[in-house]
Amino acid sequence: MIELRSVHKAFGAREILRGLSLEVPEGQNTVIIGYSGTGKSVTLKCIIGLLQPDAGEVEVDGDIVGAMEPDELVALRGKIGYVFQSAALFDSMTVNENIALGLRRRAIAESDLRDRIEESLAVVALGDAGEKYPSELSGGMRKRVGVARAIALKPKYILYDEPTTGLDPVTSAVMDELMVRTRDLGVTGVIVTHDMRSAFTAGDRVAMLYEGQIRQVGPAAELRETDDPVVRQFIEGRPDAPLSLRRAER
Amino acid sequence: MQRTAIAAPQWGRFVAHVGRWTLGAMRALGDIATWRSHLVPQMRRLGVDSIPIALFIAVFTGIVLALLSSYIFTGAIPLYFVGALVGKTIMMELGPVLTGMALAGRVGANIAAELGTMKVTEQVDALETLAYDPRSYLAVPRVLAATIMFPVVTAFAVAVGVVAGWITAVNLLDLSTQEFWKGLRQFYQFKDVWFGLLKSASFGAAIALMGCYKGLTALGGAQGVGAATTRAVVLGCESILVLDAFWALVLL
Repeated sequence: MIELRSVHKAFGAREILRGLSLEVPEGQNTVIIGYSGTGKSVTLKCIIGLLQPDAGEVEVDGDIVGAMEPDELVALRGKIGYVFQSAALFDSMTVNENIALGLRRRAIAESDLRDRIEESLAVVALGDAGEKYPSELSGGMRKRVGVARAIALKPKYILYDEPTTGLDPVTSAVMDELMVRTRDLGVTGVIVTHDMRSAFTAGDRVAMLYEGQIRQVGPAAELRETDDPVVRQFIEGRPDAPLSLRRAER
Repeated sequence: MQRTAIAAPQWGRFVAHVGRWTLGAMRALGDIATWRSHLVPQMRRLGVDSIPIALFIAVFTGIVLALLSSYIFTGAIPLYFVGALVGKTIMMELGPVLTGMALAGRVGANIAAELGTMKVTEQVDALETLAYDPRSYLAVPRVLAATIMFPVVTAFAVAVGVVAGWITAVNLLDLSTQEFWKGLRQFYQFKDVWFGLLKSASFGAAIALMGCYKGLTALGGAQGVGAATTRAVVLGCESILVLDAFWALVLL
């Protein structure tokens, strides 16, 4: 299980996370929603150890991420896949090479490598894109390759950073379906998004991050019916108070 | 006084940061399985591909040195000293330093721009999430390749520079081949060669290190990459001058 306890993170004078606490139960997709710049991606990067909290703890399967030695961090990353908002594919490598890179690090035999790559590309319906370079792919295809790169490692957890941002509605729906299928394979997901359709399609639980803390967390159906005015406004995408006023006051 | 009090912790943080980065780089050096396969391609890219620009510079340096020494020596010193001056100067100083300066631009900028772009497009983060240490995967092969290949490129540049000086002396200065080689051999020591090559190896290491450091710590978008690239080239050139003086003080 992943657990964040009173996590604080600031960049210079700008305090992003202000005591965030969240539990991510296994075998479910937990969606973190919230305004741009409220620290959703920062939260994911704290989970995988790309960023260290200024205070508080991030615990993954009983181990504190901030206290890990480099070797332990390598082991942690062996069980977490990360899908970047920009896909972050290595542009000097083909799709096959992008996926193979992580597998080689895990000492997967070369004979199994080809099967794992084909299998993961088939899951994202890009079986014929293996020899292409990222520059030859559309934005949606690049994101799907990012997912294939993550699932090829057969991780226990996958962290999705804005998986549907910038995609057309159909490709977004394909991504949602992918995240559900991945969960059904037993992978625990943490999805950061402000795409409400995606949040309620792919998410089992939804957490709203607001002013550096979790404002509300619960089953997706429960969040959809919430009475909290801040969460309601965000879900419905209304430009009126209280959110807009609060932001204007800052 | 107040400024000193503020500057001291900043320096402390800077030194601690550089120290941590260097320790990490040393650890990365031990991760041979990660960087081994990238070393030869980087040697070709940073070294072999840099030979044309180094030779271009060396040809004109040889020509100018021959003409300049003839101008200085005429009427005062026997002209066969042209060979000595061309050889010694190119081997010990101008070969390594001018090649280093040219490669600080080509190699330092190349490394900083490439790694900086990878950093701001999250490719470096992606490497980390795949359980690679970016220093092992990206920095170590580049620093090693530059350290190994700069002396090779410099050796070619020195040879071509001396030949250019010889051709200039024979064709433009009424100096015979025998006289030129007499001057060249009379004052030659093996130290002239290894001193220059040792310096160029240290220049290669410093330039690549600056490029990697500035690239991997680039922030922001295109502007950040541009700033990191400029800074890497400037730091590379400054490092060459400092190391040049250091080796002269220590070894001469």
